[in-house]
Amino acid sequence: MISREEIAHIAELASLKLTEEEKEEFSEQLSDVLNYINKILEVDTEGVEPTYYPLPSSNILREDEVTNQDRRQEMLEQAPDKEDDQFKVPGIEQKE
Amino acid sequence: MKIYEMTLAGLIEARDSKRIKPGEILAAFQTRTEEVEERVRSFLDRPRDLAAEYEDSKNGKFAGIPVALKANMATSKLTTSCGSSILEDYRTPYQSTVADKITGSGGVIAGKTNMDEFAMGSTTEHSAYQVTRNPWNLDHVPGGSSGGSAAAVAAGEVPCALGSDTGGSIRQPAAFCGVVGFKPTYGVVSRYGLAAFASSLDQIGPLTRTVEDAAITLNIISGVDPLDSTSARIDHPDYTGKLDQDIAGMSFGLPSSYLEMDIDEEIRNQVLEAAEKLREAGAEVREIELPPADLALAAYYIIATAEASSNLARYDGVQYGTRQSGDNVRDMFVNTRSFSFGPEVKRRIMLGTFALSSGYQDELYKKALKVRTVIKEKYEKVFSEIDIILGPNSPAPAFKIGEDMDPLDVYYTDIFTVPVNISGFPALSLPAGFSEQGLPLSVQLIGPAFGEVELLQAASGLEKRLDVPTLAALEKGR
Amino acid sequence: MSKKYETVIGLEVHVQLQTESKLFCGCSAAYGAEPNSNTCPICLGLPGTLPMLNKRALRFALQASRAADCQINQFSKFDRKNYFYPDLPKGYQISQYDLPLGYDGRITIETEEGETKEIGLTRIHLEEDAGKLIHAGSVGDSAHSYVDYNRGGVPLIEIVSEPDIRSPEEARAYLNALKQIILYLGISDCNMEEGSLRCDANVSLRTRGDREFGIKAEVKNMNSFRAVERALAYEVKRQEKLLDAGRKVVQETRTWDESRQETVSMRGKEEAEDYRYFPEPDLMPLEISDEFIEEIDDSLPELPLEKKHRFQEQYDLPAYDAGVLTQSRELAKLFEESAGKYDDAKEVSNWLMGEYLRLLKENEVEPGQDELNGEKLAELLELIEDGTISSKIAKEVFEETFVSGKAPGEVVEERGLKQISDEDELAEIVAGIVADNPEVVEDIKGGKDKAIGFLVGQVMQETRGKANPQLANQLIREEIEKH
Ligand SMILES: [Mg+2]
Ligand SMILES: [Zn+2]
Repeated sequence: MISREEIAHIAELASLKLTEEEKEEFSEQLSDVLNYINKILEVDTEGVEPTYYPLPSSNILREDEVTNQDRRQEMLEQAPDKEDDQFKVPGIEQKE
Repeated sequence: MKIYEMTLAGLIEARDSKRIKPGEILAAFQTRTEEVEERVRSFLDRPRDLAAEYEDSKNGKFAGIPVALKANMATSKLTTSCGSSILEDYRTPYQSTVADKITGSGGVIAGKTNMDEFAMGSTTEHSAYQVTRNPWNLDHVPGGSSGGSAAAVAAGEVPCALGSDTGGSIRQPAAFCGVVGFKPTYGVVSRYGLAAFASSLDQIGPLTRTVEDAAITLNIISGVDPLDSTSARIDHPDYTGKLDQDIAGMSFGLPSSYLEMDIDEEIRNQVLEAAEKLREAGAEVREIELPPADLALAAYYIIATAEASSNLARYDGVQYGTRQSGDNVRDMFVNTRSFSFGPEVKRRIMLGTFALSSGYQDELYKKALKVRTVIKEKYEKVFSEIDIILGPNSPAPAFKIGEDMDPLDVYYTDIFTVPVNISGFPALSLPAGFSEQGLPLSVQLIGPAFGEVELLQAASGLEKRLDVPTLAALEKGR
Repeated sequence: MSKKYETVIGLEVHVQLQTESKLFCGCSAAYGAEPNSNTCPICLGLPGTLPMLNKRALRFALQASRAADCQINQFSKFDRKNYFYPDLPKGYQISQYDLPLGYDGRITIETEEGETKEIGLTRIHLEEDAGKLIHAGSVGDSAHSYVDYNRGGVPLIEIVSEPDIRSPEEARAYLNALKQIILYLGISDCNMEEGSLRCDANVSLRTRGDREFGIKAEVKNMNSFRAVERALAYEVKRQEKLLDAGRKVVQETRTWDESRQETVSMRGKEEAEDYRYFPEPDLMPLEISDEFIEEIDDSLPELPLEKKHRFQEQYDLPAYDAGVLTQSRELAKLFEESAGKYDDAKEVSNWLMGEYLRLLKENEVEPGQDELNGEKLAELLELIEDGTISSKIAKEVFEETFVSGKAPGEVVEERGLKQISDEDELAEIVAGIVADNPEVVEDIKGGKDKAIGFLVGQVMQETRGKANPQLANQLIREEIEKH
């Protein structure tokens, strides 16, 4: 069972704010899912290497070349808020 | 035969022999779409006039062919919302490689199709925008998450659509909508411009009315992409190469334990009947042992959600998408994400964040990656003995719209489709018949890594013997 | 330095690699462009875009690793470091976690006592930089911030030292040594003001003789080597006072306030960050072959310390000279070129350490940006040696050559600076001066030999420095004899 405190901590990590109902619901549902998922803990994986990449290759590289021109207008076009060619966001700390 | 009833191969042939012009093809599909779209609701965005999108200059294999793209593939003209309100009206300043390949070979992007938000779901009901309906029975879901693409093909709105498959999101809606859905080997098709759900599992593939059409489409969209490090550095064959070759002598593996699981009776029978047809065709069908499906599902839900929790961190309201206000930047992030992500997306972000968080990571995430190795190796061993695996696809035919389901029950829908995402192998959903209720039934064929050509050969052989209609009539008044 | 406590410092240095393009996209990595003009869908992390690794950045990181004596993880990979911040477009930084490119290295420093000491390196890894946040007003209370992503995605190497540093002075020596190596490799300009070298420090104290480390504070925001030294000195004192008062050091991040010259606790999350590292699935792993490592090793230039020792031996230079001359690769090169053409290496060294460094400073240029070369310096020294010019005149010639690149012989010719070594011509001038200064001549005769210097000076003045001083001296003595 995942506690509501844990749910709150995970939400914090994920930058989510949950309503009380959501906390309740998620704590139940995630607990169910985890119970199911926990069955993999029983698999014997002694000496087994993890698979990070389904079909790995290696050393995929590009040449060090500048291929991009100034595209800032395109990049800024969809910004929710902007000023002087910069993305504008609320301040870092709480306003007092 | 009406133009919209023709297969992709048929259209190309008719166009090449000058019986129809590209403009006529586009006009015909436009008319059909206008006729049925109100009922099916496959598209989130589409051009007003398809024929106007056609560029004479680009006369390639797909000249005049309308292709629908799932709404998580970036296109320069239409919106790429990923079915999420966080990307409402979002227009990307770049195109996905697949979109470039389609238009580069003369094809026309016929629209962006509905999907479960960020490809998380099995019904397309998790779209922030609309519910897409199953063209065979409008009270049922088209499956998901590429439900819009599957429905568009089954409804004859396009001869060909692209979907993305992370845990079955091409094959399951293809099964629900009675069309061919093909997930190629991981890396065969570039992921550049595909908004990521789980990067190590996602793969783009075609949804078409026939196996041949899937192979033709794969020829267009596959290739090494200098923009995608994970695109396979291989020499791509002609994927239609062996379609005409007979399947006599091929060997198929039947995972009998899968058929003993909790699956719909009609689906079980359909798989057995397909096996019988294969035998009749002179192929060998042998019982095989696959790793327990529930282990793959467990590992999948850890890996997929872990990657997703990170992939979806970029939606924070800074550079694009919708923003909710906040007193400080942190509040803005939290408000934006909490308000704009739907419950299923939040649930998976939470699960993935949990799996990666300190204290659990070794236990869950690393374990899942090791189980992934175990599963992949077992599949590889099976493929040293047989050519192709035949099995079920979705454990049940299309659900009813609005059916109340527990998340775990929904996740269970993916049980037969996720193992190949875990291993990276190619798999295809093939229409196999209809249930008593008239809903499509399907079988799944799985091949070894980069075994596309033989997998398509096998699927084509079986397709000829099953001979199932793949176009929903959608007569008016239904 | 406290007798009671031992200072324990570990440094984390981020160095921007001087590649043309960014680490994972084709945007320019140049500093100082208009806001957001070096951005593209990839470095902005727009949905569906994917990273592609820059070959040269990998090479630079490997060179740095090998130059710092690191072992190489021949199977290496990238990982995602997950956290939310507006300067981080994807919500994660692509970095390296458990398999950094380089590990277990060392940097040799020279302590103030002139002894050498090795500072261990835990790791060197490759990662992408974040964008730049600009606050309207001060960080704490501005209503808005602005983000410029030009820097986002520029390649960095992070160099993490072992906690082997025992004083703020050693920390500075370590940074100097590290910077020198990186400049020798030519992989970064290490410009702290432009942020291409950044340093964070972990500082703790422990009672001498203790084996366990004390509680550490992390110090950030030090913008020069001098600031590092001062911030660390301040922090050591602060912790000393706490411990002496029987209080505990709090594990926290502190920022160096340059104007107040103190470290200040950074408000905010006390909770330890949980970065949820996991392998970056969008990039394939790296396999570094033995051959590649060998090739990297062969490509490394002679490093500063090696070169210094060789200079001491080969040219018989004092340690101090060798140290100064190997400060920069260009300076060392200039020295070797000159010393190859002129026998007296110490004389070459004197000129470089004296006039040359002075002119560099005066003109605000780096070695290599002036017009001097080894051949010209050697020629100048020959001109002094064969008496064509005096060392005083030589300085004037040197400056001209430094600025314009004209060969010293040419400058002497053009400006008519040749020393008057013609006995008859000089004897005439000497005769006049002796005649004009009878009192001085008397003094000299009376045994005040030193006064002869005054007469030589008069000769030099009259000839505007062109007289050969030895010859003038000799002629003055002969002239006085006559009287
Ligand atoms: Mg770092
Ligand atoms: Zn870029």
